[in-house]
Amino acid sequence: MNATDNVTLPQPRDAAPAGKGATPGEPLLVAEKLTKHFPIHAGFPIKRKVGAVQAVDGIDLTVHAGETFGLVGESGCGKSTTGRLLTRLMDPTSGTITYQGQDITHANRKQLAPVRSEIQMIFQDPYSSLNPRQTVGTIIGGPMEINGINPPGGREKRVRELLETVGLTPEHYNRFPHEFSGGQRQRIGVARALALEPKLIVADEPVSALDVSIQAQVVNLLQELQRELGIAFLFIAHDLAIVRHFSQRVAVMYLGKIVEVGERDDIYGRPRHPYTHALLSAVPEARLVESDEEGRERIRLAGDVPSPVNPPSGCRFRTRCWKAQEKCATEEPPLVQVTGNRAGHLTACHFPEEPTTAARSEDIVLDPALAAAEGGEAASEDGKKL
Amino acid sequence: MFQENSARGHFAMTSPSQAAVTETDTPGLVPDGLNSKKKRKTSALTGRSPGQLMWARFKRDRTGVISACVVLFFFAIGLFAPVISKIYGKDPYTRYGQNTPGLLINQYPAQPNGGISSDFWFGIEPGLGRDVFMQLLYGIRNTLGLAVAITIVSVLTAIVLGVAAGYFGGRIDYFVGRFIDLLMAFPNQLFYVAFVPVVAAILVAPEDEMPPWLRAVIIILVMWFLGWMSLARLLRGQVLSLREREFVEAAKVSGASPWRIIRRELVPNVMTPILVQTTYMLPNFVTSIAGLSFLGVGLVEPTPDWGRMFANAADYYRNDITYLFFPGVAMVLFIVAFNLLGDSVRDAFDPKRAR
Ligand SMILES: Nc1ncnc2c1ncn2[C@@H]1O[C@H](COP(=O)(O)OP(=O)(O)O)[C@@H](O)[C@H]1O
Ligand code: SF4
Ligand SMILES: [Mg+2]
Repeated sequence: MNATDNVTLPQPRDAAPAGKGATPGEPLLVAEKLTKHFPIHAGFPIKRKVGAVQAVDGIDLTVHAGETFGLVGESGCGKSTTGRLLTRLMDPTSGTITYQGQDITHANRKQLAPVRSEIQMIFQDPYSSLNPRQTVGTIIGGPMEINGINPPGGREKRVRELLETVGLTPEHYNRFPHEFSGGQRQRIGVARALALEPKLIVADEPVSALDVSIQAQVVNLLQELQRELGIAFLFIAHDLAIVRHFSQRVAVMYLGKIVEVGERDDIYGRPRHPYTHALLSAVPEARLVESDEEGRERIRLAGDVPSPVNPPSGCRFRTRCWKAQEKCATEEPPLVQVTGNRAGHLTACHFPEEPTTAARSEDIVLDPALAAAEGGEAASEDGKKL
Repeated sequence: MFQENSARGHFAMTSPSQAAVTETDTPGLVPDGLNSKKKRKTSALTGRSPGQLMWARFKRDRTGVISACVVLFFFAIGLFAPVISKIYGKDPYTRYGQNTPGLLINQYPAQPNGGISSDFWFGIEPGLGRDVFMQLLYGIRNTLGLAVAITIVSVLTAIVLGVAAGYFGGRIDYFVGRFIDLLMAFPNQLFYVAFVPVVAAILVAPEDEMPPWLRAVIIILVMWFLGWMSLARLLRGQVLSLREREFVEAAKVSGASPWRIIRRELVPNVMTPILVQTTYMLPNFVTSIAGLSFLGVGLVEPTPDWGRMFANAADYYRNDITYLFFPGVAMVLFIVAFNLLGDSVRDAFDPKRAR
């Protein structure tokens, strides 16, 4: 099966060139037991803390220099919060963040200054990520101004170069954001992120707000930049298709936890966590390109992600898992290398799936309504399990 | 010639339609092949900022332009009152009616229509016999001066407190919010009337003469105290939503200080409500100042004052309606023009909400 014509995603590739300054492969950004709980206040007249949104709950994550790392999960499972914790836009509730061996968990603005220029971010919404009152030149030159960087030839020259680098023209310098389309705005955002020559870029769903026909172009751009400049990327996405072509390693997140992490081929070819299987199955076949065999497993998950205020006990996926047993409700599965996994491929599941995505004898349809609609005997049986 | 043509041709395309033309988002690093030539030419001109777009819309609004002219006219005559006085050859203090016999008979102007003549364009004040034209001019000057001063301090206070409350949130927001609630509960006019004499009594011993400038300062202070809250509350709300916008996060990721974020990212984005609110605030202050004078707690004799002219005229209007006419018409004209201007400014900034 080939990709459909309108979405031509870049081909996967392997080794990344060396990032400048940092030896490729050495840990750049390390998060340990990273946790973010948003307190919920209620009560009158005195507000008290009545609970917490457990947006991110004790995740471990390492991004190596020059590496492309994908972070995938359904909407609301804490990906953006993770990204904002790693860029220190938010303060973690607990856990540590280490950048090149330096603990930056609680560093204040002054202490962070040197790190700030090395970790940049690309945002999801191209309409809210550019200040409508500033010219493109001011927007892209802003980071240099803040950090007092005066490149040879002046900031304006550098900004014009950057505009060219991201596929715009230098003449756009004096334009205002409202004069650009979504895709072009996102390119401006990319140029701004590049202005400080960072070592790591956290891209929070950089293309999901864009038109499908523009998405591939922006991903292409990011990939070319990554290849050329050797910048490490943390690429956040809610669907496994886009990340596949971009990332060397992928982590799958569910309800504030990382449930599976590994090399791209491990995640896409030998997934073990039921949730990863479900996510893979949700990707339209056309977008998974090459290595697809004819028959792939079909899994339909029921309902939504449970509330992060009151996550299920034990394994958080158990309310939607077709393999859930008693142990899953009482014991939280640790993120470990389960038997049969290659080194570096970690899965948090008591009863991992077979490492294949081939079609099953019965489709798994966990949504009773869907099951009825499809009328399959086996399917409805599976549905009752819930 | 050719230059001009191409520039004009471009002008029509500068607006959002331009985006559609350049949208052909080519993949990769190569700039567009096919239409790159055209694009290069068309994008040579600088873009138009939201402010410039607003100005262009405003210029098309005839009501707005006319009322702006009227408002500017008032400010101009206020500003140039001394110059006009020189040319006109009179001042607002001299009691012409009492100095020159025959101008006033039994307190009232001898000539019909309040004593209008080529010497006294708007007539003569009954009683003291001063020149009404000069009185009105200097009255407008003093009243507008006060109103502008109150507006400036109120707007600055609103920006500082409103933006700080919205941006920093937490405790600052809580205290600013409660303070605003408290002040909002005060009845404005009553507070002004009650507190101008109180503050005056605190600052000046009863047996001393109060200098006119101090009286002006007291009026500014009292009206400022209750003048800033609604704008501050508005700005707080706007900043509260703005600070969640990703461009603020982008500035933070680059290490921008809170001061820089407020100055460069937030305040420019709340200039619209500030400007619109200012155009509503200023005429309100003008009527409030006039009200104070009418009630006898504003500027006092001999300082010329717009509002006090109404109070004086009220004593004479049965026999000399002309004395009420000029200040009255001027006031109505000014307030109506200013409010129309406010509406036009708002419409120009917010085309979607316009009629
Ligand atoms: N500032 C916040 N205050 C309270 N709750 C938040 C805040 N930001 C995110 N959340 C909650 O945290 C959870 C994770 O959100 P987010 O990280 O944005 O997820 P994702 O990016 O994966 O869609 C959601 O339930 C969301 O409602
Ligand atoms: S631990 Fe249990 S509930 Fe969780 S994914 Fe594995 S089998 Fe399903
Ligand atoms: Mg998100």
